[in-house]
Amino acid sequence: MSLLDPVWTSLLYLAAAVFFILALRGLSSPRTARRGNLLGALGALIAVVTVFLAARLDNIPWILAAMAVGSAVAAPVARRVKMTQMPQLVALFNGVGGGAAALVALLELGHADNPWVRVAIVFTLLVGAVSFAGSGVTFAKLQELMTTRPVMFPGLPVVMAVVLLAAVAAGVSVVLTGSLPLAVLLLLLGLAAGVLLVLPVGGADVPIVISLLNAFTGLAVAASGLVLGNVLLVVAGTLVGASGTILTRAMAAAMGRSVAGILFGAFRGGSTAGSTAVSGRPVRSSSPEDVAVLLGYAQRVIIVPGYGLAVAQGQHTAAELALALEARGIEVDFAIHPVAGRMPGHMNVLLAEANVPYESLKEMGEINPEFKTADVALVVGANDVVNPAAKTSSGSPIYGMPILEVGEARQVVFLKRSMRPGFAGIENDLLYEPQTSLLFGDAKDSLAQVLGAVKAL
Amino acid sequence: MDGTALLTITVLAVFVGFEVVSKVSSTLHTPLMSGANAIHGIILVGAIIVAGQAAEPWILAVALLAVVLATANLVGGFVVTDRMLHMFHARKDAAKTGAAADGGGK
Repeated sequence: MSLLDPVWTSLLYLAAAVFFILALRGLSSPRTARRGNLLGALGALIAVVTVFLAARLDNIPWILAAMAVGSAVAAPVARRVKMTQMPQLVALFNGVGGGAAALVALLELGHADNPWVRVAIVFTLLVGAVSFAGSGVTFAKLQELMTTRPVMFPGLPVVMAVVLLAAVAAGVSVVLTGSLPLAVLLLLLGLAAGVLLVLPVGGADVPIVISLLNAFTGLAVAASGLVLGNVLLVVAGTLVGASGTILTRAMAAAMGRSVAGILFGAFRGGSTAGSTAVSGRPVRSSSPEDVAVLLGYAQRVIIVPGYGLAVAQGQHTAAELALALEARGIEVDFAIHPVAGRMPGHMNVLLAEANVPYESLKEMGEINPEFKTADVALVVGANDVVNPAAKTSSGSPIYGMPILEVGEARQVVFLKRSMRPGFAGIENDLLYEPQTSLLFGDAKDSLAQVLGAVKAL
Repeated sequence: MDGTALLTITVLAVFVGFEVVSKVSSTLHTPLMSGANAIHGIILVGAIIVAGQAAEPWILAVALLAVVLATANLVGGFVVTDRMLHMFHARKDAAKTGAAADGGGK
């Protein structure tokens, strides 16, 4: 016996759906973002409690145990993960959600008595599997379990076409016959397609693919809602699918790229392939003391933080250096590129973690005209986001991406680990300019040495 | 619920989804993606229904796997989003205390 009658069930699901809409709207504005996320969690809680009260369920102890296992695995990881590794964690959570949707669809095949329901099942199976496998590959790339470069092999477009054709054939057969073995085959083909889709995507494009796969999972969840006749799943999944699509386009636009270009660029050989070659041109390398003198006698310093800073956990040292310079009467700002770090907005999260005050974080549009008046631009562990090739060389993989115009500053100092090119794998001509000097080493160590030298001035 | 009603709801939800995020600043792209990611963890509801109706052991096993995966998506997604946003919050507080300290110094 169920405790709730269908009307109440529908009303509670409606409440959960409203909370999800409020959550997405809240997350779109910094002031309301945290409350938005909590509203989303509340909506989810209402929905989960409702399903236990509304449907006649067997196996409840098993289900509760499975939920305990899922929470026990995910919550500590989510709480402890380093913020630099957060993008791959989001990819992982997205992938398991897609996998869950595919499994639900697979099991519902036995109950599907009408071909339209089987169409929704086929869609969920395929898209959920693509999302699961694709997210797995993006996780491996971001975690650097495998190369971050695009992986291409000569027959890739052909293999992809064969897999997709086979998937269509299997899908049509499942719709017509409802055969379980064919559905499992479709699931496997979906997994293969997910891997093949993401392998050729490289470097800085990976976060955009996470966002796209996030939208895919949303669509798979919506389709599984059609399968189960559950309005909440339809609404929540569609919301995520639609907002995820907009978000993916916004992210791609921030990098001056198109979503189609990212997905299919590599098939045409034009993704962020870059070159691994490091040319032997001379650079001006510098000592921490030299950098300290440059900074300490400047009037205006702009710090450009990049992923290298985050991965070295140097945010706190950078914040200290900014304070030390400000104590000498120097105007210091942080210039934040929209895609600094590994995801759009990632750098804001990382600097917020280091308690860098909000007012000294300047967005790209605001800070770019100010580089002309800066004595020193200090680039810490960033490369692609300041690479003038994005403006000047139309053949470059990052051509068209808006950049921070650090070249306009009187002096440019790069703190870099090595001459190795950045995430997108392209050499930066700015490194060889006469006004540029380089200090090699781990971003945090270099910053600490510069900080010590500034204090000793 | 009949097909056309579900279709109507789906189409309306598409427009709501487009509309609610249309003005997001790039600062919030990552938390928004993560929050949306948590919301599709609601597939947990579907996984629970399937597991609750499972009559055969293999179906139950697969359904429970789906429950584990969906719970990880849902719980982990909201927790990691909250952590990200907590830092924005902490930053606001830090700025406030900084401003207060400045005021005291003058």
